[in-house]
Amino acid sequence: MSRRRASIKEVRGEVALFRRRALAGFGLILLGLAAVCVRYVYLQVYHHDEFAARSEQNRIKPRAIPPARGLIYDRNGVLLADNVPAFRLEVTPEQVGDMDKMLTDLGAVVPLSDDDISVFKKQVKQSRRFEGVPLKLKLTEDEIGRFAVNRWRFPGVDVVPYLTRRYPMGPEFAHVIGYVSRIDADDLDRMDDEEEASYKGTTHIGRIGIERSYEKLLHGAPGYELVEVNADGRTQAVLDTTPPTPGKNIYLAIDVRLQKAALEGLAGRPGAAIAIDPRNGQVLAFASYPTYDPNLFVNGISSADYKALTTDPDKPLYNRALRGVYPPGSTVKPLLALGGLSLGLRRPTDTVFSNGQFCIPGQSRCYRDDDRGGNGTVNMMQAIEHSTNTYFYKLALDMGIDRLSGWMSKFSFGQKTGIDLVGEVEGVLPSHEWKAKRSKAGWFPGETIIAGIGQGYWAVTPIQLAHAIATFAGHGIPYAPHLLLDTQDGVDSPRVPQAFPPEGPSLVRRDSDWQAVNQGMIDVINSGKGTGKKVGIGFPFVMAGKSGTAERFSRRTDAYDNNKNNAYLAARHRAWFMAYTPAEDPKIAVAVLLEAGAWGAQDSGPIVRKILDQWVVDEGGPRPEALPPGPIATSDAPIESAPASDSSGQGTQPAPATSSELPPDDSGEDQ
Amino acid sequence: MLEQFTVRMKRFGLRLLTRPRLDLPLLLALFLLACAGLATLYSAGGGNYSLVGGQAARFVLGGVLLLIISRIPPPVLRSWTPWLYAASTALLVVVAALGEGRGAYRWLDLGVMRFQPSELLKLTMPMMVAWYLHPRQLPPSWKDIIVVGLLIAVPAGLIAEQPDLGTALLVAGAGAFALFLSGMAWWRIGLLVGGVGAAIPVAWQFLHEYQRNRVRTLLDPESDPLGNGWHIIQSKIAVGSGGVFGKGWQHGTQSRLDFLPEHTTDFIFAVFSEEFGLVGVIAIMLLYAFIIGRCLWIAMNARDTYSRLLAGAIGMSFFVYVAVNGGMVAGILPVVGVPMPLVSYGGTSAVSLLTGFGVLMSIHANRKLHD
Repeated sequence: MSRRRASIKEVRGEVALFRRRALAGFGLILLGLAAVCVRYVYLQVYHHDEFAARSEQNRIKPRAIPPARGLIYDRNGVLLADNVPAFRLEVTPEQVGDMDKMLTDLGAVVPLSDDDISVFKKQVKQSRRFEGVPLKLKLTEDEIGRFAVNRWRFPGVDVVPYLTRRYPMGPEFAHVIGYVSRIDADDLDRMDDEEEASYKGTTHIGRIGIERSYEKLLHGAPGYELVEVNADGRTQAVLDTTPPTPGKNIYLAIDVRLQKAALEGLAGRPGAAIAIDPRNGQVLAFASYPTYDPNLFVNGISSADYKALTTDPDKPLYNRALRGVYPPGSTVKPLLALGGLSLGLRRPTDTVFSNGQFCIPGQSRCYRDDDRGGNGTVNMMQAIEHSTNTYFYKLALDMGIDRLSGWMSKFSFGQKTGIDLVGEVEGVLPSHEWKAKRSKAGWFPGETIIAGIGQGYWAVTPIQLAHAIATFAGHGIPYAPHLLLDTQDGVDSPRVPQAFPPEGPSLVRRDSDWQAVNQGMIDVINSGKGTGKKVGIGFPFVMAGKSGTAERFSRRTDAYDNNKNNAYLAARHRAWFMAYTPAEDPKIAVAVLLEAGAWGAQDSGPIVRKILDQWVVDEGGPRPEALPPGPIATSDAPIESAPASDSSGQGTQPAPATSSELPPDDSGEDQ
Repeated sequence: MLEQFTVRMKRFGLRLLTRPRLDLPLLLALFLLACAGLATLYSAGGGNYSLVGGQAARFVLGGVLLLIISRIPPPVLRSWTPWLYAASTALLVVVAALGEGRGAYRWLDLGVMRFQPSELLKLTMPMMVAWYLHPRQLPPSWKDIIVVGLLIAVPAGLIAEQPDLGTALLVAGAGAFALFLSGMAWWRIGLLVGGVGAAIPVAWQFLHEYQRNRVRTLLDPESDPLGNGWHIIQSKIAVGSGGVFGKGWQHGTQSRLDFLPEHTTDFIFAVFSEEFGLVGVIAIMLLYAFIIGRCLWIAMNARDTYSRLLAGAIGMSFFVYVAVNGGMVAGILPVVGVPMPLVSYGGTSAVSLLTGFGVLMSIHANRKLHD
């Protein structure tokens, strides 16, 4: 039927019409295809360069190669910090089917702590599926062996070598070198863009100690490699490599042997021992006890270890040498004497009569001498030798607190010494101004008097005292104490000494002033009657020094304390001893603090001696004979700050540091 | 018996030479295109033979269908046409019913293979329009135009609803080309196109904001840099970085490193452009132009209206594939799911395309012997 209807159509015309339409259609199609081709010409010819560049940007990415961290040595090249190969377990999440089951199974082969797992899970969320995420660091050989046998059970888990920081000396240098730890978000926030770029690929940063203060030297500069990546960022090939610049090696002024001697001297007692070369400010030993193992922190300390460190009552993390503040006691007397000479208030030969107590003229309040009945008539040298309080009460009063603190501030009391460690504290150097900021009570003359014997508000850090005695020993030329000695570009390069020029002219006006005070300190040890008379026995050089026994607490009674029990006294006293040698041309100055020592010379003196004996050996001399056992001196100033009641016996309590607005005497206990 | 067989074979061979059922130039062009497609696919798939093998298997299946259909005379096809059209449209309705509330839904799961009914319409649609117009007095009247319009609109609307704009466009295009070739007056075409153009701003007013946003993203994919924008940007980078001579076979970084999405299917032409450059693009465009031209030539020599319209519509709708996919890859047309014919991997499109060429071969075999 349709065939018949078709036959009545005008077939010829229709064919012609179709031909025209087909040709027209084909023409339009050619136009359309040409239009598409024009677009391709536009992209592939006119914009080829732009798209070629974008294609390269797509596929070629720079990837940072972290630099090797510089090594740290002592002055003689003994290694204190290095990078050692270690092995860690790494998991590639995309290759692991059931993560929780894998962790359970793996835990049976290689013990995994809860810490390991929680840190791992956090990192898995932040990284890409095909990137290895560390699960357990620092595998032992045993663990590597056990994993190797079971490896087939754990697809996607690998043992990967890496470099980790190691501190071979462990706790002995923790308070000097500090440690590195993982870079965290706060570190990145602190950095500017350029700095952040230089940490690309680096996992660790100096957290404390030398590792932190010389981070810039130790870190180095990252290298780059150009890698071809796919759209997921997965590396396909390495196209070009620019090697990283390793960090500089650092040589410290520290002498490992002196450091060890200092720690042996402290013998497990909380305290600090510092040795400085007075000729240049180089820190030869810097010990603070108790200490901790810095290796624990490198790859993340476990919470159990951290808790043990923070809850230990002796606070091993606390750097006593740098941050502990203690009343300096009698150790400041020689410096006060030098101040009296410099300010023209005293001549060395001027004498004072000490009868056992000193009363402020016109007032009824009196202050005690160390020895009942006093030392009689003493000049400056004798006053230093015997640590005669009355001499210094009077000198302090004549000087006035502001001149006193002005003078003492030149020795960096009340301010940072500038040692190249982060976190140094300023301590307290009292003055009118200082007290006015803290109390409305105003300054009392009695507070000036006890400042003369290093008590009251005055609080110093061991590094401040070490710096002060070293500055004196170096004829008053102030060098900021520094641990850095040399740097080195690589193990085969020469050591480059670092310049640490003095911070100003000598603090000593006349050499005769220095000689007088020096003589006083020589006598302390060598006269046979001084407070440190046994410290120098058998020592091949002339030693000069000063003891100090500071009270931790304010006195509550006026009575002389007749309890001679050492343990009882140690609970009440801070024991200081400082010394330098050879006295005529000092080459080493040492300051030692024991937080709980009965007497300065008796308890801290042997520690100073131990360090100096080692120094003699280091200098090429024979080891001096060890000190005889037994008490070295008994008549140091145990009750220096004790105010003696006047004869009328009014029973006043002049102890100044009991106001609640003021810091406690024993601020060193804090922190 | 052996002798008989030899005689038959000789006769068959003679027939192939004197009056071939297959159009050899068209077959050769399709073969070249398939080879180019397989080579590009090999590179885009990263040397994956199973991908190339799968595609080659589709070509073989399509080739077999081509041979079979080329044996069916056009009048027989014409007599089946209304039933085929009705059946494929009914399947679309079934898919729409099954897909109720399930988002994009295009497949019928036959157990052995999944099957897209919309793919059938690519062929049954021009067949139906040709069938309808075949007995009519041409050029078509308004009434015929309206009837054809409805024949086109119902399935195309169903497909667009799936939503599969690309296929809807191809299906509607195939029907419209048959109408165009039937000689629909230019002024009527102008009136229709103008009317639709004028309706767009009006329709825009009635759209919801989210619908407008969908249209905006469709027209300007770079405004959506994480979705379609990423495809377009990477595709343009691939094409542009190819330059005049291309990066060389298997050296296209955009696809090898997975920057280019869908680089074996809808965006395979970007891989081709990256590796073979403008020279390759123009060569393949000439090949496509030759195929379309050859289809129209076959149409012009067809022996009745049905065959003419059907062959012409199939040839011209081939252009829609090329232009839409080529424009999409080059970032001048919106991203709709239209493959590059015989080059893109997968789907049923290779099979349905070759089936369409089977119809053309049949029309060619039954052409007028002389004018």
